Amino acid sequence: MSKQVKQLDRVIIRFAGDSGDGMQLTGDRFTAETAAFGNDLSTLPNFPAEIRAPQGTMAGVSSFQVHFADHDILTPGDAPDVLVAMNPAALRANLKDVPRGSTIIVDTHDFGARNLAKAGYTEDPLEDGTLDPYNLHPVDLTTLTVEAIKELGLSRKDASRAKNMFALGLLSWMYGRPTEPTLEFLSTRFGAKPVLRDANITAFHTGWNYGETTEAFAVRYEIKPAEMAAGRYRNITGNAALSYGLIAASQQSGLPLFLGAYPITPASEVLHELSKHKSFGVTTFQAEDEIAGVGAALGASFGGALGVTTTSGPGVSLKSETIGLAVMLELPLLVCDIQRGGPSTGLPTKTEQSDLLQAMFGRNGEAPVPVVAPQSPVDCFDAAIEAARIAITYRTPVIVLSDGYLANGSEPWQLPDVADLPVIDPAFEVSDPSANADTGEPFQPYARDPETLARPWALPGTPGLMHRIGGLEKKDGTGEISYDPDNHDLMVRARQAKVDAVADALPDTIVDDPDGDARLLVLGWGSTYGPIGAGVRRVRRDGLKVAQVHVRHLNPLPRDLGDILARYERVVVPEMNLGQLAMLVRAKYLVDARSHTQVHGLPFKAAGLAEVLREHLRDLGDVPPANTDPEQPGRKSPATTPDVIA
Amino acid sequence: MTAVDLPFPDTDLSRDGLAGVPTTDEPQNRKEYTSDQEVRWCPGCGDYAVLAAVQGFLPDLGLKRENIVFVSGIGCSSRFPYYLDTYGMHSIHGRAPAIATGLAITRPDLSTWVVTGDGDALSIGGNHLIHALRRNVNLTILLFNNRIYGLTKGQYSPTSETGKVTKSTPAGSVDTPFNPVSLALGAEATFVARTVDNDRKHLTAVLSAAAAHRGTSLVEIFQNCPIFNDGAFEAFKGKGAAESALIPLEHGHAIRFGPDGSRGVARDTATGGVRVVGVGGDDGIDESDLLVHDAHADDPTTAFALSRLTDAGVLTQAPIGIFRQVERPTYDDLTRQQIDTATGTSGRGDLAALLAGKDTWAVGEPRG
Repeated sequence: MSKQVKQLDRVIIRFAGDSGDGMQLTGDRFTAETAAFGNDLSTLPNFPAEIRAPQGTMAGVSSFQVHFADHDILTPGDAPDVLVAMNPAALRANLKDVPRGSTIIVDTHDFGARNLAKAGYTEDPLEDGTLDPYNLHPVDLTTLTVEAIKELGLSRKDASRAKNMFALGLLSWMYGRPTEPTLEFLSTRFGAKPVLRDANITAFHTGWNYGETTEAFAVRYEIKPAEMAAGRYRNITGNAALSYGLIAASQQSGLPLFLGAYPITPASEVLHELSKHKSFGVTTFQAEDEIAGVGAALGASFGGALGVTTTSGPGVSLKSETIGLAVMLELPLLVCDIQRGGPSTGLPTKTEQSDLLQAMFGRNGEAPVPVVAPQSPVDCFDAAIEAARIAITYRTPVIVLSDGYLANGSEPWQLPDVADLPVIDPAFEVSDPSANADTGEPFQPYARDPETLARPWALPGTPGLMHRIGGLEKKDGTGEISYDPDNHDLMVRARQAKVDAVADALPDTIVDDPDGDARLLVLGWGSTYGPIGAGVRRVRRDGLKVAQVHVRHLNPLPRDLGDILARYERVVVPEMNLGQLAMLVRAKYLVDARSHTQVHGLPFKAAGLAEVLREHLRDLGDVPPANTDPEQPGRKSPATTPDVIA
Repeated sequence: MTAVDLPFPDTDLSRDGLAGVPTTDEPQNRKEYTSDQEVRWCPGCGDYAVLAAVQGFLPDLGLKRENIVFVSGIGCSSRFPYYLDTYGMHSIHGRAPAIATGLAITRPDLSTWVVTGDGDALSIGGNHLIHALRRNVNLTILLFNNRIYGLTKGQYSPTSETGKVTKSTPAGSVDTPFNPVSLALGAEATFVARTVDNDRKHLTAVLSAAAAHRGTSLVEIFQNCPIFNDGAFEAFKGKGAAESALIPLEHGHAIRFGPDGSRGVARDTATGGVRVVGVGGDDGIDESDLLVHDAHADDPTTAFALSRLTDAGVLTQAPIGIFRQVERPTYDDLTRQQIDTATGTSGRGDLAALLAGKDTWAVGEPRG
């Protein structure tokens, strides 16, 4: 049968099912196919904290959203064009996000009275008209799968587990995805279990053929590869990119990487990933608790390693005292906080940006710590290297603020040329006994470099430089214990001045203001970069003007930020917290920054942010021009088609 | 889940706590190990005696001084590193074993020591202590036990006797104390010893054995606080008193003490433990029935039984010496071995290959 082929510029698909249905795997494989095809893409996994919540319930629903396009996109998308629901709970939990007219593919197998009741349905939504506004495809995926593989002799229960591969095959057919990556993956994954390998491969093919041969699916869609800069690409999650960034920083500084960590969601993947790379001289230490994780990392730093600890918000709370010690010792240390919903245990698997003020101030005393935040999954790589550069150059702990959305989300990454990565010079203090003999001056562990204000880093094992460091206040220069009032005042200010000096070496802030005459500036940090950028594109498409600044260095803030903020009539700060950066810029720059906040445990949606920006523009008296000129300034590029939405 | 057999690390390494630490032929003396800092403990503090013993003993190790590191926590005894002219870190309360673990794993060329107290190691830092012991990281831990909080001016500690009246327990403490030796044995420690601050010779002998042990060595040092807990170890002071109260443990020797060796330790068949008995005479047991101390026994049961001869309340009697000294691969040796194996079999990692992974595609070239 020859099928109609429709061209689309972008599609958002959400796979949803029970925690045990393999939706994360299905989404991962669809993403791998899409990456191989050459679309730009962005993903949003969303799963419960429970490993296996009661089957069929709303609490157990797990989903994976993938947005792919023939052009550059910034977010995993607001609302799915296609929902694949593997049971009643998955349908009910996700239906509110699906716009009318969208496609819904439902596995009808579990739509019996019992499972409908578990999901909270009193009537069958497939029958009662609930889904009339949608393009509904009810398919008994489970039975089709079981029938297709019955000859393999698996139990019915085991056979039905391959239904996610049926769904993947069907969707792969609909969107013309290449099948080789999935077939290769299944062959490798189940290499030792040929029956399971064959079951999954057969289910995948059956799903593909089902689309091709049945009349229920009359249309295939084509989304052309995206125009991307020439180069070699791979798909990568934020946690993997962060892990690789740490290994790269180790290699570029010549310091062996030491990770001290305690398992915690959503940071554990970094521990897992780094544990695999011992051949890069990486040591991973799974500590007895969060405090030991950072303590061991600091001990390793004392010995000349690149000491790193990875955690999430509750872990940072436990590590606070040791981070304060690192401030006092003035030793390099990386603390990677993969933020999640808080306070307390909060929402372990959901995203939030609510640790900014903890990173800034969550220690006793005046304990300034540089803070760096990646803005996309790929950017976690560069942010890790930048954080290591600061830590090593300035002899200071540095906090990296990633979050659950960046950690688990993925996007294509144009592979960097390893030869172009920055080199980091640890500049260890080496002994010079002859000079020592001449002057008779003992080593000064708290002397400061005039430019960076960093102190010398003398490793144990270096002759002639024996010294003691500790958490008690240091005497300027000698590092001896000192309770002298003036010395304490001097040292508190010196530690602050050193962290402030980090800003001296930062590049100018990038202001995205195409005409330079916008009156509204939207300021963001961290993982909101994608949604804010997508919201800004929408507003500009209306012919309105809005400028965007995204800060990577939260402490110290860039030197030019105050002047930039002052140039705009209004500054809006969207954050997934209750206004933490807004509070900082209001305090520091006396700017009347307007906070826009959301704490849903999910990223902002572009449409919602666009509406917020439009409202501020209306308030300022900016209204869209009557006739939108497709060539109007502010558009990303004239070649972009008018219906492109990021 | 699967488990794999780990190859036993190099035999020399597994037997020598100082293997891998550079040595020197230059003669060393106590003065070189003395820093220029003024010692600020109270007059009469037992810490002075331990410091003097350590400063006197370190030169005998023949190590390069710059390859020795002392890491401490918080408390009176944790000021120790400031007074030694080696590398040192005075860290935060209870965390010294964790910090030293990171250092020891990454720097096998260092002799790493931890100085801690009963509050530091057994209260706020109890978790780190037990995990260091079970991992068997190559560290020597000196636990100064004065059975009181000194630096915070006199609260009861986790080793204070039940009923102790202090500033924070005016009606008497209702806590049951820890026996640090029993705790360490329960935590799978491979080297556990006890000594006393006022017996320089015994202290030095135990420290030497601890330094030579590869793995975590825990040395409990009974140490008097003359200000807040004076007399806690009075039963052991003076030649006659010590002879009757201290039970010396020597590997391969019958456990015997008291005036003229009139007392000893024998198995208690009723409880499965050990008990103090009289030796010879009308009431005593035969000398040949005394327990012969075996510090190298793989099974820690008898060592634990011996640790229970220590009074939980006011101290009148306690064994001293090495309770347990057994070989077990250390965490840090095994960790480094895994890295060496990975580097050895697949070579030093190729960063570009790592970043690319298995699934890449090209843009701007013809698609395959």
